[in-house]
Amino acid sequence: MTGKPDLRGKGQLADKAFGGLAVGAAALVLLILALIAVTMTNRARPVLGHMGLDFFTSSTWSEHDNIFGALPFIWGTVYTAVIAVTLAVPVSLGVALFITQIAPVWLKRPLVYLIDLLAVVPSVVFGLWGVLMLAPHLNRSFLTAGIILAIMIVPIITSLAREVIETTAQADKEAAYALGATRWEMIMAAVIPHSKGGLVGAVMLGLGRAMGETIAAALVIGSSAQIALSPFKSGDSMPAVIANQWGEASDLQKSALIGLAVTLFVMTIVVNLIANRIVQRSMQKSRGA
Amino acid sequence: MVVDSAKTPAPTVAKPVVRTNAPSVPEMRPSMVDALMAAPTVYEISNLDVFYGAYKAVRGVNMTIRKNQITAFIGPSGCGKTTVLRCLNRMNDLIPGARIEGSVMYHGVDLYAPDVSATEVRRRIGMVFQKPNPFPKSIYDNIAYGPRINGISDKRRLDEIVEKSLRSAALWDEVKDRLKSSALGMSGGQQQRLCIARTIAVEPEVVLMDEPCSALDPIATARVEDLMRELKEKYTIVIVTHNMQQAARTSDCTAFYTAELDKAGQRFGQLVEFDITAKIFSNPSDIRTENYITGRFG
Amino acid sequence: MQELVRALDLRPRRTWRGTKNMIMTVLLGGSVVVVAVPLVLVMVSVFAKGGSILFAHFPKFLTADIPPTRVAGPGMGPAIVGTLMITGMATLIAVPLGVMGAIYLHEYGGQSKFARLVRFMAMVMTGVPSIVMGLFIYVVWTLNFKLQGFGGALALACLMLPIVINASEQMLKLVPHSLREASYALGATKARTVLTIVLPAASSGIVSGSLLAVARAAGETAPLLFTIGATRVLNTSLFHGDDTALSARIFENAKEAVANAQERGWGAALALVLLTFTLTVIARVITAFATRRK
Repeated sequence: MTGKPDLRGKGQLADKAFGGLAVGAAALVLLILALIAVTMTNRARPVLGHMGLDFFTSSTWSEHDNIFGALPFIWGTVYTAVIAVTLAVPVSLGVALFITQIAPVWLKRPLVYLIDLLAVVPSVVFGLWGVLMLAPHLNRSFLTAGIILAIMIVPIITSLAREVIETTAQADKEAAYALGATRWEMIMAAVIPHSKGGLVGAVMLGLGRAMGETIAAALVIGSSAQIALSPFKSGDSMPAVIANQWGEASDLQKSALIGLAVTLFVMTIVVNLIANRIVQRSMQKSRGA
Repeated sequence: MVVDSAKTPAPTVAKPVVRTNAPSVPEMRPSMVDALMAAPTVYEISNLDVFYGAYKAVRGVNMTIRKNQITAFIGPSGCGKTTVLRCLNRMNDLIPGARIEGSVMYHGVDLYAPDVSATEVRRRIGMVFQKPNPFPKSIYDNIAYGPRINGISDKRRLDEIVEKSLRSAALWDEVKDRLKSSALGMSGGQQQRLCIARTIAVEPEVVLMDEPCSALDPIATARVEDLMRELKEKYTIVIVTHNMQQAARTSDCTAFYTAELDKAGQRFGQLVEFDITAKIFSNPSDIRTENYITGRFG
Repeated sequence: MQELVRALDLRPRRTWRGTKNMIMTVLLGGSVVVVAVPLVLVMVSVFAKGGSILFAHFPKFLTADIPPTRVAGPGMGPAIVGTLMITGMATLIAVPLGVMGAIYLHEYGGQSKFARLVRFMAMVMTGVPSIVMGLFIYVVWTLNFKLQGFGGALALACLMLPIVINASEQMLKLVPHSLREASYALGATKARTVLTIVLPAASSGIVSGSLLAVARAAGETAPLLFTIGATRVLNTSLFHGDDTALSARIFENAKEAVANAQERGWGAALALVLLTFTLTVIARVITAFATRRK
């Protein structure tokens, strides 16, 4: 060996540049979220300055008088989402249980594809069908919007519920059967207690999605800014009113609509965060067991 | 009790003491021993400690690895053989929290100096792994991968390199008609020989082998061992093996590792004895070595 | 002898428990039917009503400009081109960035604080309502650059980014670490290892995951409402002037009381459904093909 080898290596520039690019792309996520929070809140300031906290508590929304109270829309968002979840959860749970516990093996894949198909249909197509086919019979109301939203969130809840249910230990199921339980009794004894946490999380994720869904709701909710308890009355939700009123909105109105968007943003993030925590915790528990 | 292994083994070997169960080694004449000891140094390892985070996994390794020899690391599981091997080409850098104290000198250069590039180190020191890990590419592209990294793009040169490496790995005749087919379609033994061919295609100086035959059947193992003996002419080989007979058959020098418990009750790996293979297997200095090679434990 | 037989009588018996089991089984099966019904109804409407205008006036429906609301006749050409161009541009932005983000998370960041923060925020980002993304791009882009197709592409890209990051990271995790070790041991840099070994190995999964994200984006309406404006004629530039897309068009036409516009809406819905279904099927086929090869 003549002399010592030089182990310092040539230009590692390309390698470092690649790494830098990767970090940058990842940081983009943080940047975008931060920008959303900052710029949107900024744009909403005019209306908040104008209305103060009444923005959230007033139930009057009138462009002509420059009064913008978000309460009807907050109510509409929550109410339709609750209706949607109430309708969707039993069905989703039923489908998930059917696919995982009852369906024979050859039926499982097609059923999963069926649910996937439901997820792929764009929400605007559901909206179109809802307004042209459903609304004539049911009128535009909270209920109609709730039904459409329910159809749209069923795939989400079902697929997450399936994941959670499938982590039930085989041993627990067999223990129930060994004691002479029928299949339904086994489900109640082994599957449901185990999956409770994760299912709650799945439901909340569906709730979050229903709250944020714009288009389907916008078309069938009826667009009247009232707080009504009856599901058969028409109303409005935050995303729907933004979509419907944006086109001809004045500047202050636009600011108000952006204020609604910020409110929606915060609400859905909170719901999603809680939902994810619940799901993660339940997955951890089942893996630990 | 020999704690610190000798850096230069004794120049003469005593008459082999016959022990039952110990692998047999051919007798070594003093001239052969001298030749082994005269070979130039490739690695000089001094007081090497390997840490994973705060945990000191391997302690106090001292040894010299010499050119064109086969050095074997033997010992029971979990006593640091692979850890030390991976220090020789800085592959331990890939494990988060891994670091060393002490020094690993390669031809007089400290491998862990701050201005040393790990990538450059690995270009000169190749590694063959326990489970064959060919890329999901064609046989040709597997071998050509290394040369292409080094900037060789001329098709004719690459063809030459591919053929030469496959011949050296005793694989050419078997695959020469299907170089473009996927490497994953080969048997385990062929895949491992492919990995060896891939490693020597970049003409490293050293080839590190981490239990290369443990996933292979006996016939494939024998072929790889023959290969090692041929490769020794051009390369310096360090091999970790669980198979004592393999070490006795093929290696020139052997390092025996074991696991100990320190005062806090933590397990750590330690080099017990490092010497010419013939001496290790016929007349080891440490009782732990003797116990291992005669099969009393491990 | 008789007592013995009676004690061993294992024939199934009608009990309340057994009946309850059967009822619940029927109910569970019924829930599947309940799910299938709206899907079938919607699909029937879309294919029947949409088909009547799309196929009857094929290919004019796909190429002609959009007639004014009250006018009868086919024409969704600009919307189809708009959807393809805007979604295509969004894909060009979101997929490379998303894959690079996933590469950072899996190959560089691991479990570091920053990587965990990014992963968490990406998950948060998937829950952001699409209307918020649309308004966000309106505020930061459209106000400065006017209504244009590119703004819509940006909004869709923001929606796609976290989905692509998530899916790609899962695919990178599936690549065995031994392949990376083999590459590093030959003296390859991390960049080269990722580009020549890891990405090719994960490619089928990344492609199919991205296709699903594209299908989702093609169907989105809200982000486009604030950013692209509206037009009836073909606009081949993403950067100049109003644009239109199938989803936005369907929304507009759904609000109209005029039968002609509604009819075109169904046609556009059919076109959109066909597009998203095709993308989804291709994605599934790629996945099935890749797993079968292994």
